[in-house]
Amino acid sequence: MPHRQNRLGRIALRWGLYILLGLFALYYLMPLFVMVTTSLKSLEEIRTGSLVALPRDVTFEPWRTAWAHACTGIQCEGLRPYFWNSVMLAVPAVAISTLLGAINGYVVAQWRFKGANIIFSLMLFGCFIPFQVVLLPMARVLGMLGLAGSISGLVFVHVIYGIGFTTLFFRNYYVNIPVELVKAAKVDGAGFFRIFWAIFLPLSLPIIVVTVIWQFTQIWNDFLFGVSFSQAGTQPITVALNNIVNSTTGVKEYNVDMAAAIIAALPTLLVYVVAGKYFIRGLTAGSVKG
Amino acid sequence: MAPILEVKNLVKNFGATEVLKDINIAIEPGEFLVLVGPSGCGKSTLLNCIAGLEPITGGSVEIGGQDMTHVSPKDRNIAMVFQSYALYPTMTVAKNITFGMKVRGLDQATQERKLAEVAAQLQIEELLNRRPGQLSGGQRQRVAMGRALVRDPKLFLFDEPLSNLDAKLRVEMRSEIKKLHHNLDATMVYVTHDQIEAMTLASKIVVLKGGIVQQIGSPAEIYNRPANLFVADFMGSPAMNLVPARAVANGKGVRIEIEREGGDTLILTDKEHSGLPENVVLGLRPEDIAEKGFRAGTNVQDATCLVDMVEPAGADTYVVSKLGGTMVTARLHAETGAKTGQMIDLSFDLSKVSYFVPETGERLN
Repeated sequence: MPHRQNRLGRIALRWGLYILLGLFALYYLMPLFVMVTTSLKSLEEIRTGSLVALPRDVTFEPWRTAWAHACTGIQCEGLRPYFWNSVMLAVPAVAISTLLGAINGYVVAQWRFKGANIIFSLMLFGCFIPFQVVLLPMARVLGMLGLAGSISGLVFVHVIYGIGFTTLFFRNYYVNIPVELVKAAKVDGAGFFRIFWAIFLPLSLPIIVVTVIWQFTQIWNDFLFGVSFSQAGTQPITVALNNIVNSTTGVKEYNVDMAAAIIAALPTLLVYVVAGKYFIRGLTAGSVKG
Repeated sequence: MAPILEVKNLVKNFGATEVLKDINIAIEPGEFLVLVGPSGCGKSTLLNCIAGLEPITGGSVEIGGQDMTHVSPKDRNIAMVFQSYALYPTMTVAKNITFGMKVRGLDQATQERKLAEVAAQLQIEELLNRRPGQLSGGQRQRVAMGRALVRDPKLFLFDEPLSNLDAKLRVEMRSEIKKLHHNLDATMVYVTHDQIEAMTLASKIVVLKGGIVQQIGSPAEIYNRPANLFVADFMGSPAMNLVPARAVANGKGVRIEIEREGGDTLILTDKEHSGLPENVVLGLRPEDIAEKGFRAGTNVQDATCLVDMVEPAGADTYVVSKLGGTMVTARLHAETGAKTGQMIDLSFDLSKVSYFVPETGERLN
């Protein structure tokens, strides 16, 4: 009975696919699993037990240490102050770069002017400049502005670097909105900013979410700008994490390192979980005409 | 009375391309002007220029007796309805309609009174709390009209407002716009590529082609006395028959000779027109060719023609015959006995004829 064979073959194929996908999932989850379990073990247990074993006695001491007592060089305040540095850096930087990107995209897509394409191309070009290239000139500019070593300086750097991407996102989103909408609003008497606030911004939730996720991930995870343009007291969490892991005296506290790494990664994870479904929707929104 | 809209010597270029060339149009209060032409003829651009949404390269635009050439759209005292309706997607119908008043800072009470008036007029009261996405095409169209009506402007501008609707709804909305024009006694400029829309709505038609005005006139003038071959061919459905012919002076009138296949020349005698050059294009609408005995008049000529095709269309039957190298359509009554391949006696009403110069397309009579 060929029909039956065909059916069995399909089921086998389906199961084979699921098993393969399951293996891949396990493979990718392995590091996270090791990180979480290790962070919950005592140093004693790490030394004696297996890397992949579940913790015998669950302890939250490494997390407490990583948060409040771990040493970065000579200071032993944990990640806490640097976590707040990163929050104070990421929140304004994300907000400002997203807003500027929205306005830029709105102008480039809907208020065509002579040279609009050239300006947009130049902004796109900005997305492809490697971080390392701008380090020295940026340090000079920050110095001249009196922002060297401050969190405001880092916000400034990330806003500048983010505008290219945020403009690209918003421009591609707004370019699909019919130009007649702006025309209708102009006839209705609305001006440049009124049209932006009352008509375009309320339409933009999906692309705002995409931009916020993108920018937040970039800025929160950035290490190079953080390490280059900060000083003691203004370092972001990535730099502090590096310092904790690399400045061990005596025994290497793997459990504290793991807990610290998870703490540093949690905010971006959280943003994905909360806004993830909008992310996919927003990324594809540009390609399908609403 | 002073014209509501006066466009003088308007020129519009996009870079090096000339889109509109020396346009001159004037509209009296209460007129319904339709700009019609094939796609790419510049009619929408002209409307945008009138609205102030496109800067003009030369000439001037006056609205209500004031020079508006460099005035921004919001101060031109106009309202506009767009092809895609351009409703604000995140606002309710009510907010869409009142947005303009809100921007202009009208007080809440006035806004609500005007909204209620317009909603009643267009019968959209039950839609006021919905969003554009929840409306059908026809309903969106009404809301877009409401947004224009509520402004109470000197001049209404319509940019192909019915093109996105299906055929049945289009006819309905067409008569509704006509009624609205009548009831409001408003002045309107309406852009369309549909010549039937132009004929049914307009009190004055402007035919555009390649950014040049071909003819301005009432629908009857445009239909009966097209200024050139383009207008003759563009306006009317089925199109006017345009047949190459030879004209030979014949006493008071003219003898028209039309070549046929097989060497047998069709000869008509036009008693009314004279002074034609030798080669002309004869233009005659399908309804001006009838079956023999169904058309009377002083200048009706009969001739026997071969039927190449019969197309019954319900109310009428179209009979196609090859004359002068082109297919000539005659509009006969529904019960005609015409059969493909047979001969039929047709009456040509030459009192309705148009003559054109073959090379330039200009009208001769």
